[in-house]
Order: sequence, then structure tokens, then C-alpha cells
Amino acid sequence: MALLQISEPGQSDAPHQHKLAAGIDLGTTNSLVATVRSGVPETLPNKQGEHLLPSVVQYKKDSAPVVGSEARAAATKDPLNTISSVKRFMGRGLDDVKLLGSQLPYEFVDSESDMPRLRTVAGDFSPVEISADILKTLKQCAQESLGDELTGVVITVPAYFDDAQRQATKDAARLAGLNVLRLMNEPTAAAVAYGLDRGSEGVHAVFDLGGGTFDISILRLNKGVFEVLATAGDSALGGDDMDHAIAEWIMQQASINDDADHAQLRRLMHVSRDAKEALTESDKTTVKIELSDGTFWEGELTRDTFNELVDSLIRKTLIPCRRTLRDAGITAEDIQEVVMVGGSTRVPRVRELVGEFFGREPLVDIDPDKVVAIGAAVQADILAGNNPDSEMLLLDITPLSLGLETMGGLVEKVISRNTPIPVARAQDFTTFKDGQTALALHILQGERELVTDCRSLARFELRGIPAMVAGAARIRVTFQVDADGLLSVMAKEQTTGTESSIQVKPSYGLTDNEIEHMLRDSFDHAEDDAGMRMLREKQVEADRVIEALTAAIEENGDALLSPQERAEIDTSMKKLVVVKAGEDIRAIKKAISQLDKATQDFAARRMNASINKALTGHKLDEFNN
Amino acid sequence: MGITLTDVAAERVNQFLENRGKGVGLRLGVKTTGCSGMAYVIEFVDEIASEDSVFEDKGVKVIVDPKSLVYIDGTELDYTREGLNEGFKFNNPNVKDSCGCGESFTV
Repeated sequence: MALLQISEPGQSDAPHQHKLAAGIDLGTTNSLVATVRSGVPETLPNKQGEHLLPSVVQYKKDSAPVVGSEARAAATKDPLNTISSVKRFMGRGLDDVKLLGSQLPYEFVDSESDMPRLRTVAGDFSPVEISADILKTLKQCAQESLGDELTGVVITVPAYFDDAQRQATKDAARLAGLNVLRLMNEPTAAAVAYGLDRGSEGVHAVFDLGGGTFDISILRLNKGVFEVLATAGDSALGGDDMDHAIAEWIMQQASINDDADHAQLRRLMHVSRDAKEALTESDKTTVKIELSDGTFWEGELTRDTFNELVDSLIRKTLIPCRRTLRDAGITAEDIQEVVMVGGSTRVPRVRELVGEFFGREPLVDIDPDKVVAIGAAVQADILAGNNPDSEMLLLDITPLSLGLETMGGLVEKVISRNTPIPVARAQDFTTFKDGQTALALHILQGERELVTDCRSLARFELRGIPAMVAGAARIRVTFQVDADGLLSVMAKEQTTGTESSIQVKPSYGLTDNEIEHMLRDSFDHAEDDAGMRMLREKQVEADRVIEALTAAIEENGDALLSPQERAEIDTSMKKLVVVKAGEDIRAIKKAISQLDKATQDFAARRMNASINKALTGHKLDEFNN
Repeated sequence: MGITLTDVAAERVNQFLENRGKGVGLRLGVKTTGCSGMAYVIEFVDEIASEDSVFEDKGVKVIVDPKSLVYIDGTELDYTREGLNEGFKFNNPNVKDSCGCGESFTV
């Protein structure tokens, strides 16, 4: 029989009480909600029986906003009040959005907060509020089909989402009245849906080709945690491009001119899309389209012809694939499984080429439109506590390393990228100068070695360090990232207990491109960075030697050094001052060792002098005890 | 009849009560729920109701409400470890059948 635990009075759980939890795939184009029922994960349809909810919200003047297919249909008629692809604006500053929004019809309004708002007839809404409206619709759909309140949800986000974008997603969920158990990376969710988390440790690829975007992620399962080793993609490549390729073919075959009217073009895209979908199952399909003169053109499109048309498009996806493999430092043979996500991966040619590239059959059994939501549902079920046997708990990770600025403009990483959170790491630092009583802490995020190449998060000071010689103080700096990704940093001087701390709130404004750029830069500049770090470290060492020597000479240089020796040391020291300003590591190294040699006698004499001083006035007997 | 505890169970209950910092004893009972009809309840007790029966064994006060007593009278409460899991176990002479997972039972 089951073993029981003591509960607080009146709080005993009923056995087999199923806590309702759902997984939500909050997508750019479509969103889905899924849950686990009687052990089987499935997506939940709305009243119309649709599983995919278009991520489109139409705001109306006097009534509640409309979300989904109805809103999407209204987009052409009411473009200003119908917001689609709001995911692209999540967690972005006004400048970023303006850059993105130049091709969009929406009117952006600046607000006191960092987030821009979109002006509609119903008022100004932030991307977070608009996302919340989509989430509310999904929540309602889930509760209607499950017949009860949801305990909590897992929402998926792209692996490259930064802290600000993740926080914005959480804010949207809170606004929609949802309890977020966890945010989960989309590729990770897809891998979980296929149960890869239950397999042995290994490296997997997630190939996500949607309607308009392409993402490839390399994941490593390590001690029950999926790490995202590398991601890349193309934000303007997808199934829509395949439709265009077919449309062009039809235009050529049917001699339709480029200046065809809008209605004709829309019909053309529609027919092309149908043809593409038909060719997933059959080898050929009949294409029939009404021409502007009212007659019909009919032709046959074979899968071979289609493959030729889209081959170059599909091959474009392999470039980011190659790059991620290189970034992750692995080869295609190291990949154990390839998971296919996104409707466009239904195209047989995509499966073929991806299979060829990775040298194995990709996983396609789960509906590629639903696989992310299903993985999220599985995770939500476990987090809600419905699956006590499962020990697997996937963890959030830090997207970029967090660290501190140290002498020489270097970044000392305290929490490295891909560390599962919540996490706390402490590191001891010390003072650089004699009698230093304060320490400035500069917190940075990024992968590069130099402060100037990383993103500054916050600065604070620790004051009241007792005056000591350089290097004697012990200052413990603790970085703590809580489960929601909030960072707090605390510095404590160990001997006196003086402490100071700061909370870093996730700031909006780092874009996908920037974060990807930061990551890519760190790979591209790995060698330069390593060299630069060595140089800066030598320069800092040189500074320290000069500092210490100057102090020593001031103290008893006159007493212990002959003028000639003094001159020799001065020359060596001057030489070091000159070379340390340059960038020749070997020269700095040499100058340090020369100075070291020149001061050896001086150091020995200082040692003797201080021992003599300590012993003066004492009998030898006193020390024998 | 009444309710008894094994040595291990008594030790654990006392330890749990001490950790909690308050509470007069342990409530054992049943709820009509679950796939086989009934499920055990095991809770800390802060207040003893007037209709409750109180049994004392090995220094532990076990409190049972009259409705539950019918189903669990004669039970010995044990504490065991099974694999990574550890917890309390009811050795209840009244049980005729229990569901597969053992979370609920019939008398």
C-alpha cells in the first residue's frame, strides 16, 4: 500500500485527485493549449473544434476583444485594431519595436514605462496585455473542456528569449489569471513530447520550420537537464516561401502576369498552399485556377517538380544547421535524435534533406504543429504533482553568463550560461590597494571576456571595509538567481561582516538578435578574448608589482638600498611601466621577471629587517617555548 | 481495541510534532473518497473535539473521530521506507480490499 505523510489539519488530499495543469504554446502565428488526461497528453480544441488558435487579437470599441480565426479574418478590413505577431514585440523597448514595426500598420505610443503600447479603438495596449488576451482565450478553452479551474500552466518560449522577454511572458500570464509553473524552452518541450528526457544522456537536434520562421536548436540532456548548446535560424524562411515558389510556377505555366490584381493573387496563394498540402500525401496533384478573364487554367504538379521548386529553399535551412553544429562543437554524427516541429516539416522533401544532413530518420510521429504544446503539457502535469513516480524535473537555465568586473576591465563569470536556476554561487574577491576601504561592484551579463563587450546590469558599492594591506580582505560576493530568473547580488566582507546588496530587475530591451549576436561574438572572438584576458591579467600583475615596490621603497628603500641598487631598480621599474602600456605580453612578462630579479636582494633585506625588528628586545629563550 | 503504533512510528510522530513546534497529537481517520471507496487521513491535531476518541500509545496521542473509528479500530500505525519513499502505513484489520495503488480501500 501507499505510504502516507502527515498533513496539516484539514488539508489532506483526496487520493487520485487530479490537479489540472496545462501546457501552452504561445506562438507568433498560432497558439495551442494541451493537457494530460488519463496519462495521455492531447491538445484541446475550442468550441469550433479547432486546435490551433491564431495568435491574433481584434480590439473593438464597445465590446470585448475577439481572439483567433475571427480576428484573423478581420485583419484586412480593420488592420489598425487587429494585432498579430505580438510575440515579436514582447519584452522589447520602443526603439526595437519601431525598427520591427516599420512595415507594420500599427500605431505605437510611447509610455512612461519602458514598454511601448499599441493604439487601438479600445485604448492603448502593451504587448504584454495583448498576449494576456490570447492567454485568456486559451485558459477559457481549457477550463471549458476540462470542466474545472487550472492549477497551473507551463508556457513555452523560444530558446533565444532573454530575461526581459521571459519576464514579459510571465507578466502576460499573470494578467490572464494563470499560475505559471514554469517557462520552458520550445525545443526542450518538443524533445520532452518525444520522451527524449527519459532516454540516456545525449545530444539532440530540434528542427522547427513554421509558416514564416525557421529555428534549429541543439540540446544536450545532462543529469535530467536539457541544456541548449546552440541555436540559430532564419526569421524569414518558412512554408509561406514554398507557397510563393508554387505560385510563381503556376503564373509561369498559366501565363499570369506579375501585375495580376489582388484577388487573383490571393486565389493563387490559396491554390498553391492546397497543392503543397496535397503533395504531402500523393505524388501528384491537379492545380485549377480561375483566370482574370473568367476561364480556368488546369495543370498537374508532380511531387518531383515541387521538390525542384522548393529544393533551394529547404537547403537554406541547412546553413544554420551547420552553424549550430559548429557552435556546439559537435558533428552531425553526434546527434542522437532529430525532432521535427512546425507544419512545414510535413513536406516530404524537408524530411528527406534533414534526414540526409543528420544521417538519421527524423522523429515525425507527433503532429508537428502540436508537439511543443504536448511537451509543455507533460511537463505541467509533472510540476502539478500528478505524476509522483516521475523524478524528472526540467529546469530553467540562465541564457547568458552573469559576472563581475575585475581589475583591468575583465569579466569574472560567477554564474555561467546554461546553469539551471534557481542557483546561488559565491566567489571570494579581495582588495587591490593597501588601505582600500570600498569596493565597487559592476554586474555584467554576457559571454565575452572584456567588460566593454558585455551588457552592464547594475553597479553598487561595498563600503566600510577595514583598512588592510592589498589582498588581505576577504569579500564574498554571492550571486543568486531565483526560480523566476531574478538576480540578486550580495557582497560581504568576512572579518567585519559589513555587507551590501542589490536586486537586479530584468530590464526590457535586449533583442533576440542582440542576444544571438552576443553569443555568436563570444564564439567568433574566443581566441582574441583569451589573448586579451592574458594581456590584461599581466598588466594588472605589473600594476600590482609596481604598487607594492613603490610602497616598499618609500618605507625603507633609503635604509636598505645603496644609491646604485636604487638606480637599478628604478630603471627596471620604469621599463615595466613603459612596456605594460603596450600589448606585448611576453615583453611585460620579461620586464616583471627582470624587476623581480633586481629586487630579490632588497626583498631579502626587508625580510631580515622585519624579523630583526620583531626579535629586538627579546631573549632567544622566549621563542623556544 | 483502539489504535496502536509501532516503535518507529511513535518516534517519527514525536519527531514531526517537535519539528512543527505545536500540536497535541495525530489524527487518524477515513474519508469516503478514492477509487476503492475510502481513503486514510493522517493529520496533525491542534484541537481535540468533544466527540473524538483519544488513544495514547508510546507517548503519542492518537485522535480519531467516531465515524472513522468504526473503520480503523484495531489499526497499528507503522512507519516504513520503500525505496526512496518513506512514510506511514496503516495495518488495518478491517480492510477487505484496496485499490492497486493502495491509496484507498474498502471494508
